[in-house]
Amino acid sequence: MALNIMQLATLFADKNPGITQGHRLCPGCAAPNVVKFALMIAKAKGFEPVVGLATGCLEVSTTIYPYSAWNVPYIHNAFENVAATISGVETAYRALARRGRLVDPDKKYAFFAFGGDGGTYDIGLQSLSGAIERGHKFIYIVYDNEGYMNTGNQRSGSTPPGSQTTTAPVGKKLSGKVQIKKNIVEIMAGHENVYVATVSTSEPMDFFKKIEKALEFDGPSFIAAFSPCVRFWRVGDDKAVDISKLAIETGYWPLYEVERGVYRITKRLKELKPVRQFIEAQGRFKPLLKKADADDIVNEIQEYVTSRWERLLALEEATKDKPIR
Amino acid sequence: MPEVKNRQAVTGAQAVANAMRQINPDVVAAYPITPQTPIVEYFAQYVADGLADTEMIPVESEHSAMSAVVGAAASGARAMTATAANGLALMHEIVYIAASLRLPIVMPVANRALSGPINIHCDHSDAMAERDSGWIQLWAENAQEAYDFTLMAIKIGEHEDVRLPVMVNLDGFIISHGVEVVDFIDDEAAKKFVGKPIVKYPLLDLNNPVTYGPLDLYDYYFEHKRQQIEAMKHVKHVFKQVAKEFEKISGRKYDIIEKYKTDDAEYIMIALGSTAGTIKYTVDLLREEGHKVGLVKPWVFRPFPKEELQEILNGRKAVIVLDRAASFGAEAPLYEAVKSALYEAAVRPQIGSYVYGLGGRDIKVEDIRKAFEDAFEGNLIADEERYLGLRE
Ligand SMILES: Cc1ncc(C[n+]2csc(CCOP(=O)(O)OP(=O)(O)O)c2C)c(N)n1
Ligand code: SF4
Repeated sequence: MALNIMQLATLFADKNPGITQGHRLCPGCAAPNVVKFALMIAKAKGFEPVVGLATGCLEVSTTIYPYSAWNVPYIHNAFENVAATISGVETAYRALARRGRLVDPDKKYAFFAFGGDGGTYDIGLQSLSGAIERGHKFIYIVYDNEGYMNTGNQRSGSTPPGSQTTTAPVGKKLSGKVQIKKNIVEIMAGHENVYVATVSTSEPMDFFKKIEKALEFDGPSFIAAFSPCVRFWRVGDDKAVDISKLAIETGYWPLYEVERGVYRITKRLKELKPVRQFIEAQGRFKPLLKKADADDIVNEIQEYVTSRWERLLALEEATKDKPIR
Repeated sequence: MPEVKNRQAVTGAQAVANAMRQINPDVVAAYPITPQTPIVEYFAQYVADGLADTEMIPVESEHSAMSAVVGAAASGARAMTATAANGLALMHEIVYIAASLRLPIVMPVANRALSGPINIHCDHSDAMAERDSGWIQLWAENAQEAYDFTLMAIKIGEHEDVRLPVMVNLDGFIISHGVEVVDFIDDEAAKKFVGKPIVKYPLLDLNNPVTYGPLDLYDYYFEHKRQQIEAMKHVKHVFKQVAKEFEKISGRKYDIIEKYKTDDAEYIMIALGSTAGTIKYTVDLLREEGHKVGLVKPWVFRPFPKEELQEILNGRKAVIVLDRAASFGAEAPLYEAVKSALYEAAVRPQIGSYVYGLGGRDIKVEDIRKAFEDAFEGNLIADEERYLGLRE
């Protein structure tokens, strides 16, 4: 059941989103809101969140010992294993519940794993796939800032072509990263019993609904959250929401969900704005735009975005009423 | 699955799995690697047959096995896994984290050569690569000891003064697959011995939310490492205490090191694991010939039994150290540690280093005898690494 406006208002007034103020993320970073949205909805629905976090910006900025910005149970283990770690936590929960050793047996627990795109698309993919395949009941949320930001803007499997990074820089000879962003959503949706969705903090109601769905889903969920890094995308620290909106309106970040193989677009666009608008709004593409082959790369991204959008429409049509299992 | 009788001929893997059944941990993560595989296979069968009601996590890699048991142990569960060689190496990063988070995980390791080239047989290169990871290392000579130590490890690791993970080393194939007679403790007695898990700061306590694994920079990290160092210092007295309790229910007596015919020995050999058995046999033979020889076998390798060795080795004629692992560009690990312990001995014995058995190469009575004979002849040269059973 979707939350009504009164409930949402109380929720936000309550201001106990699991992660508190005092963390040291850059002003304007989208990542903390991704966490807050998810945890607040869990709490509003009567769940007690338990959080696992992969190494990355969010982790280093929120737990500098002896301080912690987390007022919910929190575990960080390493960079590539948050899904495996939370699968241990969730399994321990089941074992302890069965054996009557839970401290709070009457509470409803919700297990969350957060990771950056590096820790999800790349190094953590195996542990994530394994945990989903095993069917642990947890919600994995990637805050996708399209690069390794904690270590200083290196390329990841999620970095779009032409974006300036330090390990695939734009230079006199090379035009930065050449590969198209990896489609993590499709990879995750390819698992057999999973709820997968894309979200953005610029579309909060859509975001909330998907978290609610994930909480209620009987199995693991994977949620990809668009998460502008204002620092390395070279945009103003008040621009995360604007850039997110552009990403959605251009079709660069389509909002949709896949529930047991059934596709559903949750924000239907009559027409797509040109991707160029999204690209030109950010400093990270500036070095590329100065180059002679800039148009080729922008066109390549445009072609990909358009064909993916059309494919999504087709998948929605083709998969309706045809769930896996 | 046939019932396990109190005295039964079993493989080491079966013995360890039976200890795990008696412990009945909350969570076990399982991933196969020869020669460890039968441990998790037997255990999985116990669970499938309802003889243990552990939650199993059949993970997709050893890295995830260690990651999952870290998550489970932090949550307040008694958590175990088992591995060997490349599996242990793949876990390496998280092995350190488990110790740093002070999680009393217990992990049998069926020691195997760490590639490459790939080799599935026994040596100690896998465990030696983890000797500085902050885990307690127990070393078994046979299936009986592997069984006993698996039970004892739970109590040692969880002890208030320790709170550290424990590795139970058993030589791959030789112990894991060799069949021996093992005396098992009654299920009830074993359960009573390991007791209820002692849990500290469980992640799942919602009333007292904790942050596990924060970023720990230069202003606190050092102090936290110091706490780990101190915790290791408590292991010896806790081991002795647990060993005493264990003796009461089993009649079997353990200590930090085992001394075999050392009272009047002039020549003492030191080795870890199953080879100690062959050495004991050789010691008996040489004793019959009138040689004053003996064996010292560390049951505990981390923390290193330095004082115990100093006390016993001081004033002996010669010490022969056998290593089943090499350290490329330096001295073999056990030899190096023993030599360092001897630095403070009032009367230093002669010392010799012998590397043997890499990749499962057999070690024979003649090899051991040869090393002893070198010592009898006064022909030990410190730091001259020699090899037993190697084709020159
Ligand atoms: C095994 C391992 N390799 C590399 C690192 C270094 N490292 C820490 S965070 C990080 C990048 C994280 O990037 P991402 O997951 O995208 O999160 P972000 O920092 O962008 O939020 C890297 C490479 C590490 N901690 N562990
Ligand atoms: S570097 Fe980027 S992702 Fe990291 S905290 Fe700053 S804005 Fe956020």
